[in-house]
Amino acid sequence: MNEAGRPSIDNAAAGPQIDAEGPGAPPRRNGELVFQAPWEGRAFGLAVALGEEGRFTWEAFRTRLIAAIAASDRRPEGERRAYYENWLGALQTLLVDRGVLTAAEIEDRVRQFATGQRDIVDPGAPPRP
Amino acid sequence: MHDHREGGGHDAGHHHGAEHHHGAEMSQTQLLTAALESLLVEKGLLSSDTIDQLVERYENDIGPMIGARVVARAWADPAYKQRLLSDSASALAELGIHMDNLVVVENTPAVHNAVVCTLCSCYPWAVLGLPPTWYKEPAYRSRMVIEPRTVLREFGLDLDGTVEVRVWDSSAEQRYLVLPERPAGTEGMTEAELARLVSRDSMIGVARVAAPARAR
Repeated sequence: MNEAGRPSIDNAAAGPQIDAEGPGAPPRRNGELVFQAPWEGRAFGLAVALGEEGRFTWEAFRTRLIAAIAASDRRPEGERRAYYENWLGALQTLLVDRGVLTAAEIEDRVRQFATGQRDIVDPGAPPRP
Repeated sequence: MHDHREGGGHDAGHHHGAEHHHGAEMSQTQLLTAALESLLVEKGLLSSDTIDQLVERYENDIGPMIGARVVARAWADPAYKQRLLSDSASALAELGIHMDNLVVVENTPAVHNAVVCTLCSCYPWAVLGLPPTWYKEPAYRSRMVIEPRTVLREFGLDLDGTVEVRVWDSSAEQRYLVLPERPAGTEGMTEAELARLVSRDSMIGVARVAAPARAR
């Protein structure tokens, strides 16, 4: 793994990067950096929360996730997608397939964040006046 | 934690770093995540607080501590261990854990068990928290079934040639938890003390539980 050479992620959601095992490890608190960037934690939380609320069965999500990972694994090494990119892709596909969101409104909302019309730090907030 | 990955075909994930951090620039994935959250909140399907709490719960509270409690109980109470191995769902329910698709496999001096998910990353979240990064990588998923001894050695676990290695492939229907061997020198310990010894990796089967420092 190459986290060591990576810029640090200054977000508390990432958690401290401490030993998960061995004599120097503190009592277990899942200390490993499990999300490599805050958005990965959000993407994780979105899918699991929707699953927990029964918006889709976990199997429906899992099927799409497996398909996304398999497609990624078939690509040349330098072009494979990271796990949470596949995760996010699977979630988007599922939400569009089920008619929860439309591709057009997602695209439009992405543009609002990209142009600063909405605040990326607090995605749940309404657009700026 | 990560040095065991060097020099052994674990390169598949090495391009990731370049994709996530563009300084102040926002990645497409970051924008898409924000867009989905924003739309779902707006439609009243979720609240941002729910997501915060959920992420925090998986990062901190659930963690491997729940699995460690199960292991410690099994070490301390042989009758519980038998129930756990034969009917995990009701044994887990005794500890307030509700999970009906978990199979507990026991390590012994003659048999070492390890868990992988070759298809994606099926993992017993409810007892182990979030899976570690390496668990989800193509290299671990493919190599663990082909050359488990080599992979385990890279994790720092050198198994005697006489030990049988069993690799369990997780699926949505069936998850696995390894019951590691209780280390020597822990005879007088309480269940809570035992639980603190149990690492996540030992419950995936890529490590042993280390003996407590004072017993070495």
